[in-house]
Amino acid sequence: MSAADPLNAPVKANTGTLMLTPRNRRELRKIGLGLVFISPWIAGFLALNLYPILASFYYSLTRYSPISSPRFIGLFNYEKLLYFDPLFIKALANTLYFVVFAVPLGNMLALALAVLLNQKVKGLSVFRTIFYLPSILPLVATSIVWTWLLHPQYGAVSVIMAELGLPVISWFSDPQWAKPALIMMSMWGAGWMMLIYLAALQDVPQELYDVASLDGASLWRKFRHVTVPMISPIILFNTIVGLIGAFQYFTEAYIITEGGPGDSTLFYSLYLFQNAFAYFKMGYASAMAWLLFLLILILTFIIFRSSAKRVYYHGN
Amino acid sequence: MFSNLNIKRANINDIVSFVLLVVLSAAFILPLFWMITTSLKPIDQLLLDPPVWIPTPLEFDNYPNALEEQPFLQYLGNSLQIAAAAVIGAIISNSLVAYGFSRVEWKGRDAVFVLVLSTLMLPYHVVMIPLFVSFSKIGWVNTWLPLIAPAWLGHPFFIFMLRQFMLGIPKELSEATRIDGGSEWVLLTRVILPLCKPALATVALFQFIWSWNDFIGPLIYLNDRSLYPMSLGLALYHNSQGITDFSILMAASTMAVVPIIIIFFFMQRVFIQGISLTGLKG
Repeated sequence: MSAADPLNAPVKANTGTLMLTPRNRRELRKIGLGLVFISPWIAGFLALNLYPILASFYYSLTRYSPISSPRFIGLFNYEKLLYFDPLFIKALANTLYFVVFAVPLGNMLALALAVLLNQKVKGLSVFRTIFYLPSILPLVATSIVWTWLLHPQYGAVSVIMAELGLPVISWFSDPQWAKPALIMMSMWGAGWMMLIYLAALQDVPQELYDVASLDGASLWRKFRHVTVPMISPIILFNTIVGLIGAFQYFTEAYIITEGGPGDSTLFYSLYLFQNAFAYFKMGYASAMAWLLFLLILILTFIIFRSSAKRVYYHGN
Repeated sequence: MFSNLNIKRANINDIVSFVLLVVLSAAFILPLFWMITTSLKPIDQLLLDPPVWIPTPLEFDNYPNALEEQPFLQYLGNSLQIAAAAVIGAIISNSLVAYGFSRVEWKGRDAVFVLVLSTLMLPYHVVMIPLFVSFSKIGWVNTWLPLIAPAWLGHPFFIFMLRQFMLGIPKELSEATRIDGGSEWVLLTRVILPLCKPALATVALFQFIWSWNDFIGPLIYLNDRSLYPMSLGLALYHNSQGITDFSILMAASTMAVVPIIIIFFFMQRVFIQGISLTGLKG
């Protein structure tokens, strides 16, 4: 039919030749060249991201242990998690507690350190090293060190607190203090954020401070009305990166407390790991993973939206 | 009068800042100081109340003892090999990918790059279980391959950083080489990469540290003790010991930490540069 249609024939011929103009051929060649260069990433994206995300979602709808093949059970895992698993709720609550305190406190400490270092102090590089170093040390080693550091009887912190007349705290073996102790330890590792803040602070134009000084602005007002707005994109960046990291908090809890005492440090990732690799409930753990993924996506989205008006992007 | 008052106030601010920094640094150093002094304590000085801050005499034997109780040298050697293999892969793959995202112009490039960055948001736990299933199907469990292979496929953080760096190199340089008949491969290896040395050093450093510090990967994939990296060996040791062995445990921790400290001191400038490169300046 189309062959008999005189109107359609030339159009077809046209699109055929259009595809083969030298300009298009060059475009295609360039796309091909680009794809060849990024092919390692494409392979990684498919094998390490896209396929696992989809497989994880499928597993989450099944009962699956490594010795049997997955059996489809619909939304059962999700229902069980949300309505019939008090440990899951406990783990979620513990993680939210950790996120709510560790992320803002770590950010504030990092920003405070950066502001102090930005005063052109003497020995800048020494201080910078001292604050940054803990954040790149192996967590297994630093976790063991903190276990000993906060030992209720012989740990350095207990000794110092006793000298100062403060009450003795059992830190990691007290359900009330285990989480605050871990938060304290996470603040000790906030040096990487400090370094990012420091780089951002050095980019704030000096003129803005000079003008503020002429207006008689106090240090606090300068910080509040010059520094904070100018580095607000970095605050947002550190908050989101810190948030995603805090939701996956694992190693310290695994090494120091193993979820105890009394499940007070049973964090989301730890419980997920136990389900997957200790109880071999792969489907159940996958459902947990997907809920975590959704939670992080929603929170990130909310933070982006609610900060849109308060974040100032200069230049672009 | 006024300027005098300002100078005085500035001085007071400087002094307050300095004192604050000294106090905070003392707090930051305390855990590491405690680790090192404990690692040098003879057993009879370990559990004293009040404790000794600096033991006399220093007990250096804790180090050889730690090496004797566990094959720590083997663990350290394993960590080194895993990290080296991952570093090589990270340099090669991220150079190629960043080149494709910065020095070759093609339709859809920037849209795909947004996809690259978005994968940074993906929590490891979402992909952890399917990856484990896949790797066990191809027989990679209880080998180092699951710890090394992903580094050979690029990482969004490194791609972003190298791309920023490569975008800063003038286009004319590429045009000149292309006119001279040089292929893209020659352009990448002879012209662009030599100019990216500082960024490549940052990639190497961070990949080394990530591999060295990685715990959950080895925990999931390795069963055989002879394959254990330092992180897993140390964790195992920690779980099997009571409180009495803390001086040996601290000696082992010190040995795990020191390589990173040494690297940091030798390459401080690269570190700082790496952070400012990725510190979202562009």
